[in-house]
Amino acid sequence: MAVEFALIAAGALLLTGIAAIPLSHHRRAAELVYGASALPCGFAGVIGLWALVANAAPTTVTLPLGLPWIGAHFRLDGLGAFFLIVLGLGGALNSIYAIGHGRHETEPGRVLPFYPAFLGAMLSVVLADDAFSFLLSWEVMSLLSWGLVLVHHRAGGTQRAGYVYLMMAAFGTMSLLLAFGLMTGGAENYGFDALRAATHGPAAMAAVLVLMLMGAGSKAGLVPLHVWLPLAHPAAPSHVSALMSGIMTKIAVYGFVRVAFDLLGPVPWPMAMVVMILGGITAVMGVMQALMEHDIKRLLAYHTVENIGIIFIGLGLALAFRAEGLTAAAALALVAALFHVLNHSLFKSLLFMGAGAILNATGTRDMERMGGLIHRMPVTAVVFLAGCVAISALPPFNGFVSEWLTFQAILVSPDLSPWGLKISAPAVGALLALAAALAATCFVKVYGVTFLGRSRGAEAAAARETDRWSLGAMVVLAGLCLVIGILPGFVIDLLAPVTQALLGGAMPHQADSPWLTIIPVAASRSSYNGFLVAVFIALSAGTMAWAVHRFASRRLRRAPAWDCGFPDPSPVTQYGAGSFAQPVRRVLGSVLMRAREEVFMPPPGDLRPARHEVHLRDLIWERSYAPLAAFIQAAATRLNVMQTLTIRRYLALVVFSLVSLLVVLTLWN
Amino acid sequence: MELIVALIVQGLQMLLVVAVAPLLVGLVRKLKARLMRRRGAPLIQPYRDILRLLRKEVVLADNASWLFRAVPYLVFAATWVAAALVPTFATGLHFSWTADLIAIVALLGSARFFLALAGMDVGTSFGGIGSSREMMIASMAEPAMLLAVFAMALVAGSTQLSTVAQFMASPHVGLRVSLGMALVALIIVAIAENARIPVDNPATHLELTMAHEAMVLEYSGRHLAMIELAAALKLVLYVSLIACVFFPWGIASGTGSAGAYGLGLLSYVVKLAVGGILLAVLESSIAKLRVFRVPHLLGTALMLGLLGTLLLFVSRGL
Amino acid sequence: MNATAFDVAHMLAGSVVLVSFMMLYQDRLLALLNVFALHAALLSAAVAWQATIQGAPHLYVTAAIALFFKAMIIPAALHRIIRRLGIHREVEQVVGTGITMLAGMGLVALSISLMLNLTASADALAREDLAFALSVVLLGLLMMITRRNAVSQVVGFMSLENGLILAATGARGMPLVVEISVAFSVLIAFIVIGVFLFRIRERFDTVDDSALERFRGDVG
Repeated sequence: MAVEFALIAAGALLLTGIAAIPLSHHRRAAELVYGASALPCGFAGVIGLWALVANAAPTTVTLPLGLPWIGAHFRLDGLGAFFLIVLGLGGALNSIYAIGHGRHETEPGRVLPFYPAFLGAMLSVVLADDAFSFLLSWEVMSLLSWGLVLVHHRAGGTQRAGYVYLMMAAFGTMSLLLAFGLMTGGAENYGFDALRAATHGPAAMAAVLVLMLMGAGSKAGLVPLHVWLPLAHPAAPSHVSALMSGIMTKIAVYGFVRVAFDLLGPVPWPMAMVVMILGGITAVMGVMQALMEHDIKRLLAYHTVENIGIIFIGLGLALAFRAEGLTAAAALALVAALFHVLNHSLFKSLLFMGAGAILNATGTRDMERMGGLIHRMPVTAVVFLAGCVAISALPPFNGFVSEWLTFQAILVSPDLSPWGLKISAPAVGALLALAAALAATCFVKVYGVTFLGRSRGAEAAAARETDRWSLGAMVVLAGLCLVIGILPGFVIDLLAPVTQALLGGAMPHQADSPWLTIIPVAASRSSYNGFLVAVFIALSAGTMAWAVHRFASRRLRRAPAWDCGFPDPSPVTQYGAGSFAQPVRRVLGSVLMRAREEVFMPPPGDLRPARHEVHLRDLIWERSYAPLAAFIQAAATRLNVMQTLTIRRYLALVVFSLVSLLVVLTLWN
Repeated sequence: MELIVALIVQGLQMLLVVAVAPLLVGLVRKLKARLMRRRGAPLIQPYRDILRLLRKEVVLADNASWLFRAVPYLVFAATWVAAALVPTFATGLHFSWTADLIAIVALLGSARFFLALAGMDVGTSFGGIGSSREMMIASMAEPAMLLAVFAMALVAGSTQLSTVAQFMASPHVGLRVSLGMALVALIIVAIAENARIPVDNPATHLELTMAHEAMVLEYSGRHLAMIELAAALKLVLYVSLIACVFFPWGIASGTGSAGAYGLGLLSYVVKLAVGGILLAVLESSIAKLRVFRVPHLLGTALMLGLLGTLLLFVSRGL
Repeated sequence: MNATAFDVAHMLAGSVVLVSFMMLYQDRLLALLNVFALHAALLSAAVAWQATIQGAPHLYVTAAIALFFKAMIIPAALHRIIRRLGIHREVEQVVGTGITMLAGMGLVALSISLMLNLTASADALAREDLAFALSVVLLGLLMMITRRNAVSQVVGFMSLENGLILAATGARGMPLVVEISVAFSVLIAFIVIGVFLFRIRERFDTVDDSALERFRGDVG
């Protein structure tokens, strides 16, 4: 029954989308549409949770849609149920946020119909059980999100973002199409059951995996296919950005996991190594580009790239362990990756929502014009701080748990026998540690520059707290980040049926361990107890604060800032986003992004102002995309003559093509 | 009964680290003064400083937020919890499984994160410069630390500090060049994390290359006392960490007798003193690095960690 | 074999690799020479230890040659040379230190995985020794291509040769004659290069080899 209910939810979302077309100019349209979207999402999340907790057997259904006589197959199993939770939870909270946030939308008619349908399409990707419905849902999801990116199509850069996104989406779908084509191997059954039953040689498997890395990886934002993501995600309205970054990238991960772990057999280890190393590079490149960014939404989008990298490190490790037959370790790595999927969907949604609230309050995305918002938006400041701590992988929040599990999986890697894996795993571990540490740096920058310090602009000084719907959604997300960080054992147990089905093994049961400690392998090896850590910190901080105030001193005097005796009257003398990143830019950016700083100091007597300029280069774009674009441009110019031929010549072309095809056919036989 | 004893021993460890922390700072300062032919303040001066600061009123910058006031307690608590989880005089204490080495490093990361935020809160250029440099140093130090941990964990088969210490005390360890490299890497990281010479100078307020002290410039009174205490605790933590992993001699195991605990305590005090002396000598004998030379130093630590891990793969038993 | 004996051999050979990295990192010529002397001294210790545990007395001769020529004579001679050339300034490098070190790590990883794959049947000591020897050779080559200064290229070449000696001692049954001939050929190469250095200097007034490129017409 579960899959039917989930399909009803997807259908309800699509219908809401259609109903929103005539409704969209109604005064209360936003409340109605977003409210109507939240319910099916929440329902789908509950179904997913139920299916995992009850460890329900997979259910299938065939609908007479799509290709005639074949129909569309849908199925809900453990993996699907987990992503249903991610999607349902994120979608529902995001819709609640949008009830408040959507009021600020200047063009509701361009958002309201697409938004619920986009959610419905993502839902049906997760439920699809044959290649046709999977690809169709995927493509609908891409197109609808493309429509949402172009909502503010007159704003600067949006059109380019939409164009690049469309190109990459088309490229990704084409790769997926080829991957599924390879998997069927010429047979005429596109059902996932048939794909699962088929066996492939190592070369075919490697080819499918590469195609999946291109197809799903481009949607998820894997370097070097990530270029569209930091353009497109920020261009959309903030609640859509939250959806795209928090949820849609996870649907892409779902596609990869579905194919790599479920449909394909154990892939050979060199491919696992490729996935792992790509993940490591993605994590570091994503966070480096985020650090250099001043636009708060684009910065968050780059962090999505980083987190996708972390997820793919886990997936690569899981593939490697699986190739070597180490089931328990593979389960650990896969749980780490999927746990990070859930965590990232929570805190990235939260952060994008916070960024949306800031955007509404100040009217700008440029961090260099913010500051001091902690005084103006007190509740947003608290929840945004929770999101920052969570994404920086700091205990006791949830981001730490999944990265810790990934590290534990890396520490098991010496058990692998191929030398390439043994040696590359610690190197990837170093990349992961670097990415985590840089993420913390980046979020000190984000929070310090936007919320702390003094206001750098009039808008920031006049900012007002956001509405209650938005705050409610953000508070729930922040609470979930903390609760999951404190009680991670339950999530790990929830994932047990998933790994059991995909890998034939699971991590040890966690809920029984004393004090709810999580023990990935064995107690003597490693353990972490988020609950006790949180309790200890709260207790010792509370006791100490109480004791100091009770017994020592509680007097307090306000005075101007000391600043070593150099009080600077102008808020622009504070450290800003660019200056905060300067040390890292100089140390790492000079290598990875060819960062250059130019100081122009006019000679005495010259009235020109002194200037300090930073030049960054996006080497990935310059080395791969720009030459490709130039080549296509050149080829198109060459072929341009074809556009202005006479009718006789066009006919000649047709005849020539026909004849040459016939010649080929005769030679072939 | 057993549980109560275990809890008492764990509580003792918690009190021990916080009680001994200012003494270690005092010892280092005294030795540095003597090495420079100064008389130096008495050993207990840090205790006096902290008590004095606690009694003084707090002068708070006009636009400081609640975060600025909460951070000292949070930083202190996170550092204290982390320090209490590192084996000092005994391994396998009652709560020792709460966090493994990676989690302890991350707890210190939490403390640093909040301290860096507090540096940005008042909105002065000194606070910003301190925060940004501290985070830059940390983002180089953390991967180096992790690789050193990796090398250790490969040898000991665990990241649980009690297990590691017990393994290192056993004769299975043998003589391993990788552990030596990990030790050097860990020492470099410890120096960087504790803002010691040659990375940062804990004794100055007016030097443009400083990181840690610039960050806490706006703090005063009880808040400053908390931060000073947290800094001292962090130093004790790193010395204890290095001692328990690389020099686990005399450390008592989980359910030891009173005599074993006594011996463990004695050896711990001796190890702390040796650590303090070595630190003082090191700090007096070298000059501070330019801030953009620090990444080279930390890069060396990173390379040592990585090389140590690589070399382990061709060693015995792996 | 005795575990401690293996550990000591591993430690000495591993230290040789570590010192190779130190040479990559050194950016001053005099310090580079001192590190090179250390490299050779460690090598000779490693060889002497191999002689002890293998019970092969002829390896002591190799160790003595390494200690005498490479740890004393050659560094001292190079010291004299750079004093006479008057170059105590920094070594110029083609690529940054960080990238060089990372490349070095990659080379070590490569040689370890390669040697362990190729010599799966050999005994642990020989495998370990060959892996480290190949690392030292590759690091020496890396040093030669990342440095511009001819003196540091000579040092890179010498450290490469140290790796060859390490390999020769690890592989049992390598006759002494081979080692001695290698040592002598290196010595002759050293003399030739020394003379050559002075010739370059006389003609171009620098020992930066990019000066040579100008005269080939390839650059600028």
